[in-house]
Amino acid sequence: MRHRVAMTINGTQYEHEVEPRTLLVYYIREQAGLTGTHIGCDTSSCGACTVEMDGHSVKSCTVFAVQADGAQITTIEGLAVGSQLHPLQQAFWDEHGLQCGYCTPGMIMAAKQLLERNPKPTEQEIRLGIEGNLCRCTGYQNIVKAIETAARTMAAQAGKEVKAPAAVS
Amino acid sequence: MIPASFDYIAVKTVPEAVAELAKHGDESKLLAGGHSLIPLMKLRLSTPSFVVDIGRVKDLNYIRRTDGHIAFGALTTHHDIEFSDLVKEQLPLLASAASQIGDPQVRNRGTMGGAAAHADPSGDYPTCLLTLDAEFDVVGPNGRRVIKASDFFVGTFTSALQPDEVLTEIRVPAPPAGTRGTYLKFSRRSQDWAIVAVAAQATVKDRKFQEIRIGLTSMGGTPLRASAVEAALRGKSADADTIRKAAEKAAEGTDPPQDLNGSPDYRRHLATVLTRRALEQLTAGR
Repeated sequence: MRHRVAMTINGTQYEHEVEPRTLLVYYIREQAGLTGTHIGCDTSSCGACTVEMDGHSVKSCTVFAVQADGAQITTIEGLAVGSQLHPLQQAFWDEHGLQCGYCTPGMIMAAKQLLERNPKPTEQEIRLGIEGNLCRCTGYQNIVKAIETAARTMAAQAGKEVKAPAAVS
Repeated sequence: MIPASFDYIAVKTVPEAVAELAKHGDESKLLAGGHSLIPLMKLRLSTPSFVVDIGRVKDLNYIRRTDGHIAFGALTTHHDIEFSDLVKEQLPLLASAASQIGDPQVRNRGTMGGAAAHADPSGDYPTCLLTLDAEFDVVGPNGRRVIKASDFFVGTFTSALQPDEVLTEIRVPAPPAGTRGTYLKFSRRSQDWAIVAVAAQATVKDRKFQEIRIGLTSMGGTPLRASAVEAALRGKSADADTIRKAAEKAAEGTDPPQDLNGSPDYRRHLATVLTRRALEQLTAGR
């Protein structure tokens, strides 16, 4: 039996019929047509499919589209404002935080969650923050540098008031 | 990887979930955060015809202090447990274990109830909940019943939950003030399951172990208590020599598995080393 699902992705409302077994990542790529989110391992390990769902980073290969009915989703395509890249995108560019680029959308979405929770992470905290994301080019050094750079840019943009970690309950 | 076809039923209340499970019996599976069930379904190790989603049930996501206990709604995520001030202060063992499950994305979705019901012998919560003598609130067609942790984990991937029952709350006794806890997990890569892990909680007063609890992950078909270590420490002096001798007993009576990650002997060795390190950590400066 097919189910009708509706969700907001990057501010745009999408509505489709899906089979219950449709995974969110396939819905995003094939039905919403947003192919910035990648499928890597398809086994909840590599993090290439990381998107934000209702404010939390999730591996969209391990969520059914029907579970995201009514959710607010942000994908890598939702970060730039016009031609203005998000500070994380700019920092990955500036610091050579990518080689083949396959893991990059997931890395950036995981890093976004990390910096929202901890705007001034140490190197160790950055490495733990992206522990759910694998780079097979093994370019972690520059990925970590890129996240450090983005953290500084975002802190400067936020002015002097750097917010405390948000997602503490 | 695509799961086998199934029909999806989203429920809003626990009684609705119980009714759907009763209707579809063995053909149905309960879905919470989905981080145990969905991977199994993708591997087609689990092929339910009906998936009953309790993810939208309100009031199953909370951490609260009750009379002498800390109560967790079954849908409380690992992330919420990792970052809860109440858990960090009262049950540091659980906060420590939660912070080591999977990775941040997994911890955002996975739930304590789901992980407990999954009863994976290499899972982190089952060992902690056994170690802490938790109790489980379960609702079925005949109403509510309470299952003790020592009766809950029956076998490998098997809990005492019946197919038509829903786990709603997990309660953990609040330990005395000043109790410390830690979860030491040994794995080759950060997201991996434990090759062996040790859960430890100790109340030390006047350099003596007043209360001591030690649990073992991945040392058998179910989570285990290291009873011989507990007995060797209860009421005894919290000194290095006592700890070292007690930790040597960590693998007593266990039958650890053989797999690609390690042999039974290697696991027995790890259990003694991790137990010693956990005890040293809990008694440092006391």
